[in-house]
Amino acid sequence: MISINFEYHRPHSISEALEMFGELHAKGKEPIFYNGGTEIITMMRIHSLYTEARAVIDIKTIPECTYTGFQGDRLVIGSSIPLAQLQEMPEFPLLGKTCSRIADHTSREKITIGGNICGTIKYKEAVLPLLLTDCDLVIAGDNGINEIPIQQVFDKHMLLAPGSFVVQVLVKKQFLDLPYVSKKMTRIDRIGYPLLTVSALKTGEQARFAFSGLCDFPFRSNSVEDALNNQDWSVQERITNAISQLPAPLLGDAEGSAAYREFVLRNVLEESIAELKGG
Amino acid sequence: MKQMVELTVNGEKKRIYVRPAATLLNTLREELGLTGAKPGCENGDCGACTINFDGRPMKSCLTLSIEAVDHQVTTIEGLIDTPIQQAFVKQFAFQCGYCTSGFIMNCHALAELYPNANEYQIKDWLQSNICRCTGYEEIEAAITEVLKNKAIEDTPS
Ligand SMILES: Cc1cc2nc3c(=O)[nH]c(=O)nc-3n(C[C@H](O)[C@H](O)[C@H](O)COP(=O)(O)OP(=O)(O)OC[C@H]3O[C@@H](n4cnc5c(N)ncnc54)[C@H](O)[C@@H]3O)c2cc1C
Ligand code: FES
Ligand code: FES
Repeated sequence: MISINFEYHRPHSISEALEMFGELHAKGKEPIFYNGGTEIITMMRIHSLYTEARAVIDIKTIPECTYTGFQGDRLVIGSSIPLAQLQEMPEFPLLGKTCSRIADHTSREKITIGGNICGTIKYKEAVLPLLLTDCDLVIAGDNGINEIPIQQVFDKHMLLAPGSFVVQVLVKKQFLDLPYVSKKMTRIDRIGYPLLTVSALKTGEQARFAFSGLCDFPFRSNSVEDALNNQDWSVQERITNAISQLPAPLLGDAEGSAAYREFVLRNVLEESIAELKGG
Repeated sequence: MKQMVELTVNGEKKRIYVRPAATLLNTLREELGLTGAKPGCENGDCGACTINFDGRPMKSCLTLSIEAVDHQVTTIEGLIDTPIQQAFVKQFAFQCGYCTSGFIMNCHALAELYPNANEYQIKDWLQSNICRCTGYEEIEAAITEVLKNKAIEDTPS
């Protein structure tokens, strides 16, 4: 049972949601945007997060947030689309494959892409394909509705101004059907938080790599990619150099020690490079 | 802090007062007397609380009651003698029965939405539910039987 009481609001447009946020904030209700609600419900129940919120604004009734389809040369994905729907979307197989390994199927019916990338949990695995494809995010806030490259608003986690929310993800068509790999390794079962997840995309002769579960945050790093693409080195040298370029120490936690993560990472990278070379 | 909402559960409209913070699991059990959805982990991990939400499987512990306004909720009490229920009996797909309603709601949605589900999809969906009595083989046999029978029914003679 959630012992905290809060108001529940359902806006039907972006402007209504922004207005509601402003009004509820002015009343001291510490409003939060509510999407799939899985993190909000589970964290509130154990008094771990969101304990100050006295109002939630459910954005799933905003048409732009539930839209998917092509507009011009871009695929538009509403931020309230559940991961189970993305898993079945043939247009963007890398995203589908990555989403298919987040949580379990029934939870994926509720967890949204917006919630996954904006949530507090350190994995945010759905962000990996978005980082690899240089997508733009449509963000609504006090400054209006803007398209912003993901690299400008995602650094370890989403950098959103209070009162703003992600409406849509825009991915250029040219990236959608490039050769890719997406590999999630877990401690024991098929379902679970990642020991590590590697997603990679081949763009011409180069490959792009993004990671979750390796460090305390998901990331894509130029220096790691430069090392992995350096054709002057053997594959093993490339991997060793890439590991020396990681943006933070390897995690050591209940999913696995840092040394074990490094061992698994070496194998996954070797496999990924080989698969992309053939792809 | 309670608020009047109209929920549609098993095809019936119910007007009730709920706290916006109440989960659908709590409301079904405590306000509507529908105790088929079971509380297990209340954290999205076990699947015992699974219901159908607009025909799709959903964990009622991860859903606010108020989110169900304007949607169709089906609980195990709303299924009567469906093929998956018959198959569970035939295959002995339960022991203590605590996980059973959750498994059945998940399997029912799978059979209705994806009658041609392949082995990968069956496993992918069923991994959302945990059976402490470990009756997994029998549960898999039950859903496989339902899908097989559906395929036979759908084959033009
Ligand atoms: C059973 C289970 C298993 C899980 N397994 C995994 C896993 O394997 N890998 C993984 O990466 N994650 C996993 N998660 C975590 C899950 O992906 C995150 O908790 C995610 O935040 C839930 O998404 P939601 O739509 O339910 O978010 P909500 O609970 O609605 O929101 C979470 C946070 O994001 C904010 N938010 C949501 N949408 C937006 C938006 N559009 N704009 C701005 N802010 C927004 C909310 O205000 C809130 O702060 C799991 C969760 C569960 C319940
Ligand atoms: S009680 Fe809902 S998933 Fe366990
Ligand atoms: S039959 Fe006992 S938990 Fe599944």
